[in-house]
Amino acid sequence: MSSHENRTKKKPIGMMVLTGIISAGLYAALLMNQDLLNMNFARGGLYAFLPIITAFVFSFIHGSFTGHFWTVLGIEAARKKMEVK
Amino acid sequence: MHDLAQAAANFINLDAATLIYLFLVGFVGGLVSGFIGSGGAFVLTPGMMSMGVPGLVAVASNMCHKFPKALVGAIKRAKYGQVDVKLGLVLGISAEAGVLYGAHIQEQIKKTFGDAGSNLYVSVSFVVVLAIVGIFVLRDAWKTYKAGNANAEEKITKIAKWVQSVNIPGTMVYFKSLDARISILFTLPLGFATGMLAATIAVGGFVGVPSMIYVLGAPSLMASATELVIAFVMGLGGSFKYALHGLVDIRLAMIILAGSLFGIQLGAMGTTYVKPFMIKVVMGLIMVIVLFSRALMVPVYMSQLGMIGSITAETTKILKTASFGIMIFALALGAFIVLRAMWQGRREERLQNAMEAVNIGKI
Repeated sequence: MSSHENRTKKKPIGMMVLTGIISAGLYAALLMNQDLLNMNFARGGLYAFLPIITAFVFSFIHGSFTGHFWTVLGIEAARKKMEVK
Repeated sequence: MHDLAQAAANFINLDAATLIYLFLVGFVGGLVSGFIGSGGAFVLTPGMMSMGVPGLVAVASNMCHKFPKALVGAIKRAKYGQVDVKLGLVLGISAEAGVLYGAHIQEQIKKTFGDAGSNLYVSVSFVVVLAIVGIFVLRDAWKTYKAGNANAEEKITKIAKWVQSVNIPGTMVYFKSLDARISILFTLPLGFATGMLAATIAVGGFVGVPSMIYVLGAPSLMASATELVIAFVMGLGGSFKYALHGLVDIRLAMIILAGSLFGIQLGAMGTTYVKPFMIKVVMGLIMVIVLFSRALMVPVYMSQLGMIGSITAETTKILKTASFGIMIFALALGAFIVLRAMWQGRREERLQNAMEAVNIGKI
């Protein structure tokens, strides 16, 4: 595929908006339920899974959002990738 | 563990300024991590502590943002063919053992010599390790730059050639980043040292990345990308260990993550625009600058332990502020170099595309 074709590829605006909304929702929930979170996430023992699962969920959703965000802004990796063995 | 549980109860209140500060430091830390495979933690942990977060909660929360960040960065860089997952996992598992041992030593030092003793140990480790490794890495980058062969394929060191030539039956594993079979007996101590450093100064990559490049013979880009896998393995294990004692402040971790996931994507993309020796430049510079930052604090802790004469509270405050300022400068400089290199790379790519278009008569 030529670089010209690559550049005219449709930008993932829809995905950015969708993951952005979900991510914002997650952060709103996090900040609005601080007392509840502090109480349960700091219990230790089996509750240790709570922060780990939360971190995975946030990284998946927010990570997708940030990836789409830069793509929509037109910031992408070099077309001609560095030759790495 | 009662004291730990108490520490967990000391989760701070978050205001808008704190949120913005954590987001921004997270972003810059993520940017540098995406590029060199690690970094950011050395500013984030003391940064959180300066906001009133207890030391252990700061370390735990930093770790809990590190593993999801490293995961996203590793996936991104794997798309560019830069990650050696097998090497990352093998080193990561031995690094986990190093983290546990490093944490154990820390606890022993703290028990015997108190907080000042522990701080002195951390600072001296910083200075010694960063002086040796940082100067070596910078010197190598400088030699490459001066020789004018920055575009040439990286040559592997004599040590790496020897490591790759040793055959110990039953321990040999093929790694794609090295394009060679090496004995697992060489990776074990390197991973262990990476973990020990991570437990001591929070940035294992300062040993992990150079050892992959100089001892094992991995290309810089692959070493820094593979470090993200190690950071993921170490961070996941470490976070779980701290979470078992209820020390992770998930709010702090996720807010730092919010900024760092923007940064790590950008840093990872940055690696596709630069010459490999730039990884060494950024890493070496950060290491040497951070070294000065920690060196400033050594007399403070020595005076607290009565090893030298007492230092006035005013001088201590000045040294502390200067030390933290230098650390922020190191991170900001790293981020600036990454962004600048990326900007230049994009400009060159655009020029090249325009030239190609002219050549094939499209314009």
